[in-house]
Amino acid sequence: MSTVNYAQLWQLALPQVIVVVATLIALAVDLLLLRARPIHTRFTVAAILGSLGCVVAIARLVHVPAQVNVLDGTLLANPLTQLVQIALLVLAIATLLMATNSRFTEHVGEFVLLILVATVGMMFLVSSQDLLVIFISLELLSLSLYILTAFDKHRPHSSEAALKYFLFGGMSAAFLLFGFSLLYGLSNSTSLPRIAAAIHASAATGSPLNPLLLIAIVTTVIGFGFKVAAFPFHFWAPDVYQGAPAPSAAFIASSSKVASFFIFFQVMAVGFAGAEGSAAWMHFTTGWVPVLAVVAALSMVLGNLVAIVQRSVRRLLAYSAIAHAGYMLLAIVSHTQQSLGALLYYVVTYALATLGAFGVVAIVEQRTGGDRLEHFDGLSRRAPVLSACMFVFLLSLAGIPPLAGFFGKFYLFVSVLHSGPGLLWLVVLAIAMSAVSLYYYLQVLKRIYVANPSDEVANASADATTIRTPILSQAVVVLLAAGVVLFGCAPHLLLHWMDAAIRAAGF
Amino acid sequence: MLAWTIYISFLGALLLLLLPKGNAAAARILALLTALVTFAITLVSFLQHRTGEMLTVTDVSWIPSLGIRYHLAADGISLVLLLLTGIIAVTGILFSWNIEHRAKEFFAFYLLLIGSVYGVFLSYDLLLLFVFYEIVIIPKYFLIAIWGSTRREYGAMKLVLYSFIGSAMVLIGLIAAYVAAGEKSMALGDLAGFPFSAHFQMWAFPLVFVGFAILAGLWPFHTWAPTGHVAAPTAASMLLAGVVMKLGAYGCLRVAMTLFPLGLGPWGFHFLGFGSWRDVFAVLAVIGIVYGAMVALVQKDFKFVIGYSSVSHMGFILLGLMTLNQIGLSGAVVQMFSHGILAGLMFAVVGRMVYDRTHTRELALLGPMNLNRAIPFAAVTFVVAGMASMGLPGFSGFVAELMIVIGVWHAFPILTVCVGLGLVVGVAYIWRAMQKAFFAEAEHASAAPHEALPPITLPERLGALILIVVSVIVGIYPQVLLNIIVPALNSPLFNGLRQGGWR
Repeated sequence: MSTVNYAQLWQLALPQVIVVVATLIALAVDLLLLRARPIHTRFTVAAILGSLGCVVAIARLVHVPAQVNVLDGTLLANPLTQLVQIALLVLAIATLLMATNSRFTEHVGEFVLLILVATVGMMFLVSSQDLLVIFISLELLSLSLYILTAFDKHRPHSSEAALKYFLFGGMSAAFLLFGFSLLYGLSNSTSLPRIAAAIHASAATGSPLNPLLLIAIVTTVIGFGFKVAAFPFHFWAPDVYQGAPAPSAAFIASSSKVASFFIFFQVMAVGFAGAEGSAAWMHFTTGWVPVLAVVAALSMVLGNLVAIVQRSVRRLLAYSAIAHAGYMLLAIVSHTQQSLGALLYYVVTYALATLGAFGVVAIVEQRTGGDRLEHFDGLSRRAPVLSACMFVFLLSLAGIPPLAGFFGKFYLFVSVLHSGPGLLWLVVLAIAMSAVSLYYYLQVLKRIYVANPSDEVANASADATTIRTPILSQAVVVLLAAGVVLFGCAPHLLLHWMDAAIRAAGF
Repeated sequence: MLAWTIYISFLGALLLLLLPKGNAAAARILALLTALVTFAITLVSFLQHRTGEMLTVTDVSWIPSLGIRYHLAADGISLVLLLLTGIIAVTGILFSWNIEHRAKEFFAFYLLLIGSVYGVFLSYDLLLLFVFYEIVIIPKYFLIAIWGSTRREYGAMKLVLYSFIGSAMVLIGLIAAYVAAGEKSMALGDLAGFPFSAHFQMWAFPLVFVGFAILAGLWPFHTWAPTGHVAAPTAASMLLAGVVMKLGAYGCLRVAMTLFPLGLGPWGFHFLGFGSWRDVFAVLAVIGIVYGAMVALVQKDFKFVIGYSSVSHMGFILLGLMTLNQIGLSGAVVQMFSHGILAGLMFAVVGRMVYDRTHTRELALLGPMNLNRAIPFAAVTFVVAGMASMGLPGFSGFVAELMIVIGVWHAFPILTVCVGLGLVVGVAYIWRAMQKAFFAEAEHASAAPHEALPPITLPERLGALILIVVSVIVGIYPQVLLNIIVPALNSPLFNGLRQGGWR
């Protein structure tokens, strides 16, 4: 047992501390000084204070690159975790700024607090290789998200969604914990590398995989599969995406995906190294790879097919999220260094596009009263800039070049094939399914660009026809769209950072 | 300089979006100027470039960690098609001079489409080619869905799904080839020079070939074409038939056949009489020729006649590719050019000159209108276009089809008979459409005196004239194209093909 080096710990946790302090300041300012002010002012001030905290934390992460490992991987910092943390903070800032316009609650300070606490949970989550810390951070994240989902107290849908989310989440957390306890029992350690070593040691004797290990694999996959909304653990996603207040839904759809996928990859690739098995066509062998391959294939098929019949744009985004989870699981299935890079690129750009899409949906909902397809009729005539951004986001999700989503898919599929030709069947399935996905994304864009505005709008004066967009939200949405285009046209900007970070992390 | 065709088109699209609302005239003129500039660039390059070999236009690093470069290059084949794109772009705008509804967006999507088509023909790096190839899909959808006619949303969605499925197949093949070749480069030359195993080529070739051929209207994957053409507004159907279908044929030649030449070789066994993928696709192409012509013969809708005739003519191109001899391949490229011009002209007559005036395309309804008196220019243009399309000497269609048929005679003597049948039916459906639409027996005074149709405008005359003149030039002096096509086909890029099945 090594002793804790508190200086190191401080250095490691400083960004999280900064965010927490900023959160508390935002909460205090909101509750003590601004209670009587209009909600919009309170939201703006709280969001800006919170964002400032995030910016300072990002500055700290950028300027002080760390290579720290406290207590044998209980907490660690390296360029890779820092990169993911920066991405999480950027997404949190975007979520906060987009939320400034919402009116669903009077508890502004608390809302901002929960978003940032969830972010802190994710920051710890990605910087650990220890089952206990992973589990605790995951719970911090999940509990914040449950409350965020239920935050709109005026709408019963919101509470209903939160209850579903909570029940499913509690169950999956139990599965996850069960799996972790089995792993501890097998290896006498909670550290991922040591677990891997124990698995290796037992595999070296030539015996088949321990049945307990198989159970641990399955329950771990259930636990994380729930977090990333993969089939068949996806049931919460459509309801939460639809019921939650828009900023919460955007947050759940973007940031939490980034963190969950990153840690999912870590746990499977580092912790279960030695129990991979194989998912090559006609050559399945026992392990976690075939399990994930099946989950990925089913997610892609089900997500894409069910999305076709959705009439609500939020639900459509939810099913498309399930499909995208399927694509991203391919990276975990192939679990190479290159596929980690591909996964990160994919999930970050996916998060940008989803966040932006939710931003647009939120504005449209406020102005037209709903998120069903018909509420988007003729949007391009009413809000050209917003429509152009939605165009970019949805086509990026569909994987049309030169947007980021296309390059993400390309790189992902290259990295999957790189690990061996046996996974070709998954790549073929994924590409075929992404051809299906264009159909439903175009359904939305068809409403926006092709359909004419509904009669009452068309007959109204030109002034009433235009949808006024709050400046701050629109600026964030435009920036996100610009990011999607930029990373699509010049993927190298993001890629060389990621490659350098992954190499430096010695993955 | 050629790279500017892409940038100027995209820039023009962007500028159009910034124009003030409701000013259709400004949008038209801006679009026309943009297209004219790009056309001038392609024309100058075409005239300057007399050797046909591959010339690099731009080559900078794009994604260094994957070895992917932003590499534009042009050889004789791409120059011919670039010139075609320039011509169709300009005439397409001339024929959409009457667009008033959301004109700004129309021309923006139009230029976006044109710019990406230029991009496909110029790309040397295959990822870049694929990027442009996919961008094409999106403006196509909106052009048809917003400004189209008959069942436009259905036609647009069908077209998009077919194209996207095709490009998904291409993507699988490209990724597999890229990974198999060691992930070092996606340049056409590097991948074409890599010795992929024969087994790999045997499945990758049909995958990529069919992926591209879907867009080229290969039977039985052609069904998007007639519905798409019919639903599209005039300029879009001109682009679709004139240029976009050529993208598919170009991809077949440039990517599928160049990368995987062994895929054309014999399987080593016979299945239903087929001994190789080459036989399979040649027969499918011939079926396309005959079937397209037969179906065109019985259409009631004027535009469907042209739509199916496109399927038939595209069959010639694919058949020409499968002959694998120099005359057949160069004939296929000339046919790409020729069909682009002629299909553009025919769609312009049907969509713009006739439909926009009479608001019907039913052959039975058009007949009584006595169109050869009402709009004689349209009638004359259609007769000329029909003659060219039937393959009368003196027009480009004759040269191209003659070369292809000679090529087929060398490669598949039996199929020549079927091709001949297709040619005869080709004469018949043009004749029938011409007769029914323009020269039907006019009904007597009993018919209500229909209101006078608006006269043919100057832009229409200009556009028709350009297309006819180009077709005649190529018909009389095909060397103007062949001089650069033949050296391009003899370049080292096609070495694999030459060693494979080339005879």
